[in-house]
Amino acid sequence: MSVIEDYGSTLLILTIIFGFFMAWGVGANDVANAMGTSVGAKAITLKQAIVIAMIFEFAGAYLAGGEVTSTIRKGIIDPELLADDPELLVYGMMSALLAAGIWLLIATAYGWPVSTTHSIIGALVGFASVGISVDAVNWSKIAAIAASWVVSPLIAGSVSFMLYMSVRKFVFDTPDPFAAAKRVVPVYIFLAGFIISMVTMVKGLKHVGLDLSFEQSILLSAAVASVAMLAGIVALSRIKRVVNSSSHDIVNIERLFSVLMLFTACSMAFAHGSNDVANAIGPLAAVNSIISSGGNVLQTAPMPAWILMLGGGGIVAGLALYGYRVMRTIGTHITELTPSSGFAAELAAATTVVIASGYSLPVSTTHTLVGGVLGVGLARGIAAINLRVVATIFASWLVTLPAGAILAIIFFYMFKAIFGQG
Amino acid sequence: MVKTPILAKLFGPSPVTPIQHHMSTCEQCALEIIPFFTATFKRDWPLAERHGARITELELDADKLKKQIRMNLRRSLFLPVSRNNLLEIVQIQDRIANGTKDIAGLVIGRQLELPEPLQPLLAGFVEVSISAVTLARVAMDELNDLITTGFTGQEIEFVEKILERLHAAEHDADVQQIELRRALIDYEHELDAIDVMFIYKVIDRIGDVSDDAQTVGNRMMYLMAK
Repeated sequence: MSVIEDYGSTLLILTIIFGFFMAWGVGANDVANAMGTSVGAKAITLKQAIVIAMIFEFAGAYLAGGEVTSTIRKGIIDPELLADDPELLVYGMMSALLAAGIWLLIATAYGWPVSTTHSIIGALVGFASVGISVDAVNWSKIAAIAASWVVSPLIAGSVSFMLYMSVRKFVFDTPDPFAAAKRVVPVYIFLAGFIISMVTMVKGLKHVGLDLSFEQSILLSAAVASVAMLAGIVALSRIKRVVNSSSHDIVNIERLFSVLMLFTACSMAFAHGSNDVANAIGPLAAVNSIISSGGNVLQTAPMPAWILMLGGGGIVAGLALYGYRVMRTIGTHITELTPSSGFAAELAAATTVVIASGYSLPVSTTHTLVGGVLGVGLARGIAAINLRVVATIFASWLVTLPAGAILAIIFFYMFKAIFGQG
Repeated sequence: MVKTPILAKLFGPSPVTPIQHHMSTCEQCALEIIPFFTATFKRDWPLAERHGARITELELDADKLKKQIRMNLRRSLFLPVSRNNLLEIVQIQDRIANGTKDIAGLVIGRQLELPEPLQPLLAGFVEVSISAVTLARVAMDELNDLITTGFTGQEIEFVEKILERLHAAEHDADVQQIELRRALIDYEHELDAIDVMFIYKVIDRIGDVSDDAQTVGNRMMYLMAK
């Protein structure tokens, strides 16, 4: 217990710094991936994307980020084994944050596709299995998480395939696609609003002090979705057909879908906030609870709101200081994506990630989005997808896991040497 | 400095715009044959040669574009249309430019002259053949919109209408070719025998150009049908 008593505040301050650093990295790197498709499809400007990301990343983190945070905090490492050595768990969480943060920084510098989720999970498993014992890792949870990494892109791909097919059927394959789009787009907006608020209300709002029944959640979600839909209808009604010399008006239809993409971009930012902020603040929450309770690893006090705020703030800071440049680069490079196909990929990814958040599974937003893009591609909606890049992105977690693990192990022994044990 | 994030490389490079560029270069090349023949009818050989040089230039441009497209159309690209089909289209488009260059070459090489009464017939035949090329280009211009709409609905109908017009133009070209050949028979004995051989060859080649335009249209039908 002595380490916790002697160095408690030092360790907590260090962890806060590392957590903020990690959140900064998520904001600098990951958010750009989540929002870049909207910018690339020219549905929203870079400035709009940043404002949307700031608001909805924060909202996602604060309102729906609790479940995944608790997985990172106490779902992966069995705290019972560490009841006598709480400082080891503190060191481990600190090294996981530092390892994932640094690995993210290196990867960003070289343009490698790494997922923050894979980095932090790799780091946690690494320090726990080597630094403590293989039994300290909750392997069944790890198996579930690994399975979700395979399943989430598949689900996003199937959903985006169906969404895009529905656009074809209900918009493009009609006598008046422009009028059809005006009717159909609000439905998609409702769908996005409903699924996201439903998951949030059923799974996430307890810590904010709202405990809603299932029926209440349905009603309230429908209300939220209706408000979004009405806003969408107003925005759509202001878009008039630009006189077009040719007999078809795809330009006009895409302008309608740009409105939709504004909403799916919000969903995407919300989903990303709900899932990825946990990577930064989960370990911080764990360290905070151990230190504030004087070394009790098993206490189950609710996570203080300031930690969620810190995570959201870190993401916003990373985005504001660096992420917008990555976003701009992605945006200018993606020229082949149209709003009508981009929305399908985004909406599918956003709903998949939010649902994963609801089930407390940390998934990779980037992977899920790539799954969504492939789904649209399979529906013949994208001019060209570089399969080699797809392979690189999906293979990256095979490298990221051991990289995060090795770094975390090094830092773990380093902290152990600095602050001592016992 | 921001490294290009990998997600940015996920999309493309789409071959569509380069293929359209190639088609419009081939069309430009083919269009040049109209003023070329006008010049030869006036026996203004320096002007004809200038047009010929322009044709050679455009044919070279088209060749370069063709090679670039082939190099960029990697197997690792996931496309909404068959890769082989696209490569085939590029090849046929390129034949239009090649054919045009051959026509100009044949005429300039022998300073081939056509009896004056036949000239309007040839001019008409050339024009309708090249109009088929233009229609093929117009159809190819729709490829991005076809992809956007997932090959459905009005866009398909729109392209099908263009292809019908292309088919009609090619048929017109065939009819005019027959008329021209029939008219040529009456002049054969007045002309140098070898010149006549070459005139037939030129007529054949002009017919080939409209055939190639028609084939581009047919290959587009395959793209849409898949």
